[in-house]
Amino acid sequence: MTFSPQLEAKLEKLLNSYPAGRKKSALIPMLMFTQDEVGSITPELVQEVAKRIGIPPVQVDEVVTYYSMLHKKPMGKYHVQVCTNISCLLWDGDQLWEHACKKLGLGHKEVSADGQISLEEVECMGACSWAPAVQVNYDFHHRVTKEKFDQIIDSLKKPQ
Amino acid sequence: MLFNEPSPLEVKVLTKRFGLPNSASIDTYLANGGYKSFEKSLEMTQEQIIQEVKDSNLRGRGGAGFPTGMKWGFLPRQSPKPKYIVVNSDESEPGTCKDRVLIENDPHLLIEGVLIAGQAVGAKAGYIYVRGEYRYLIDILDKAIDEAYARGYLGKNILGRGVEFELYTHTGAGAYECGEESALLESLEGNRGQPRIRPPFPAVAGLYACPTVLNNVETFASVPSILEMGGKAWADLGVPKAGGTKLTCLTGHVNKTGVYELPLGFPVEKMINELGGGIRGGKKMKAFIPGGSSCPVLTGDEAWPLTMDYDSMAKAGTMLGSGGVIIMDEDTDMVKAALRIMHFYQHESCGWCIPCREGTTWIKKLLTRLNQGVGTEKDIDLVGDLSANMLGRTFCPLGDAAAMPTASIVKKFRHEFEAKLQKAQISMAGAAKNPFVIV
Ligand SMILES: Cc1cc2nc3c(=O)[nH]c(=O)nc-3n(C[C@H](O)[C@H](O)[C@H](O)COP(=O)(O)O)c2cc1C
Ligand code: SF4
Ligand code: FES
Repeated sequence: MTFSPQLEAKLEKLLNSYPAGRKKSALIPMLMFTQDEVGSITPELVQEVAKRIGIPPVQVDEVVTYYSMLHKKPMGKYHVQVCTNISCLLWDGDQLWEHACKKLGLGHKEVSADGQISLEEVECMGACSWAPAVQVNYDFHHRVTKEKFDQIIDSLKKPQ
Repeated sequence: MLFNEPSPLEVKVLTKRFGLPNSASIDTYLANGGYKSFEKSLEMTQEQIIQEVKDSNLRGRGGAGFPTGMKWGFLPRQSPKPKYIVVNSDESEPGTCKDRVLIENDPHLLIEGVLIAGQAVGAKAGYIYVRGEYRYLIDILDKAIDEAYARGYLGKNILGRGVEFELYTHTGAGAYECGEESALLESLEGNRGQPRIRPPFPAVAGLYACPTVLNNVETFASVPSILEMGGKAWADLGVPKAGGTKLTCLTGHVNKTGVYELPLGFPVEKMINELGGGIRGGKKMKAFIPGGSSCPVLTGDEAWPLTMDYDSMAKAGTMLGSGGVIIMDEDTDMVKAALRIMHFYQHESCGWCIPCREGTTWIKKLLTRLNQGVGTEKDIDLVGDLSANMLGRTFCPLGDAAAMPTASIVKKFRHEFEAKLQKAQISMAGAAKNPFVIV
């Protein structure tokens, strides 16, 4: 597999970040960065990462199943994550979650038919003082009301 | 960017550069005293640096509050193996959002703290382990690291003084357990985040089985001001046995939620009523968690007279923890809160040891039913018993983290569990004499 030149440069820097004989350290970051480009951890990607790091593919699989941000199935182009953990719950994060499900017509970890949007109920994302919090891919949104949520979603749907 | 207005009640030591234009850039950092403490450390012996940190009474800001100077002192002076500095930027304890603010607004402060730690123990390389969700912080850090290399603060011959230090960022991929230090090291080595048996502690055998200093972001970020002010003066900002200032995240039912820098020993009452602008809607405070959802929960009445420091919180049967203050008003449903907290720990249990894996699952099932008013008095007892039996019997402290809030909520708010059972029975057809039990 080949990746974009930017990603290749990033991966090269990554592999040089660890001492000799410790290439396996690059595994999780490599999976995260390549997943961002490929869309999910496909069987080919597992093989490729295993080859680049020099470990058996089973060791890659072992890690993929442990971490919640690594997905074997593609998520939507916009992955919408709603936190309902305690500090967000106290600011009605559970109601925001229900609203999100209704608005998008999706449940936990479901993807829209056109592959544009996916939804996930997530744990604390480090925005507790500005609850309830939502992340779309890596972008944070704070103090998200139902109206604000709708605006965020509508802005994603507009052609860019 | 700052997400909340600063308060005049803050004592701004770590956050003093926040709000300056381009506060994350090395130019702003250097123009405002940046890297001066690192330069100072180049004139000091390892023992002198560690002594200053000991004098400062700095205790780890990641949650456990272990004295930092003492931890650094555990590293062997002479070591045939290289030594490492590892920054814990996994920040995933519910209620905690301070490391994020520190890195976003002043990444060079963290880098300088790491460099000083490197000098103190003789390490030549460091890794900043950042939780996967904080990707934009990795970009900020990578940029700051590039700037530091370009200006000669990182590299093979720092400031032409023959000192070497290489610094890298490393992303996690979503796992609360990887905030636990030994699981973090496993993850950094490319494995599942399962904790290691200790001893040996990281100071002796950490990353790649080499001597390692592992601290929280805020702990490292405290070090430059300690060398700048002198350890004793820094200690005096706080209270005896807990020096300095601490970033405190006000969350939940207060008017002015936000991250604030407060001296250790700050009164809870003042923190909520003056800094936080009081409880939302003029309500009463029902419950208070001082530092992240794994701390034992206090009732409002218990919390009001306390001060925000390790000893005061320990005397009240809880912990200062990570600085994530969670405030719940009189209308909060404590059964639902207990369930949401347990839902988290059950989800994050790594599954390695049975008391935690099975205990969290069982308690979550019980709480799910109790939250709907389904169960008996015995089920409430069982939640308490299971928590008590998990406590101290798990391989890593995640089991305790799950047990402590649960046990305290059942003990202090039992009447709410009972009221739910009562209410459900009353609304049941034919008012069953025997409470409805699902097995
Ligand atoms: C389950 C669990 C999760 C933890 N999460 C974090 C975390 O996100 N950030 C952190 O700094 N420490 C966390 N810790 C504490 C670390 O194990 C460790 O004590 C700390 O990083 C040491 O740094 P300090 O002495 O500067 O606090 C966690 C501990 C446990 C048991
Ligand atoms: S206490 Fe929980 S998280 Fe820790 S080792 Fe056991 S199962 Fe894993
Ligand atoms: S609890 Fe939702 S971001 Fe922390």
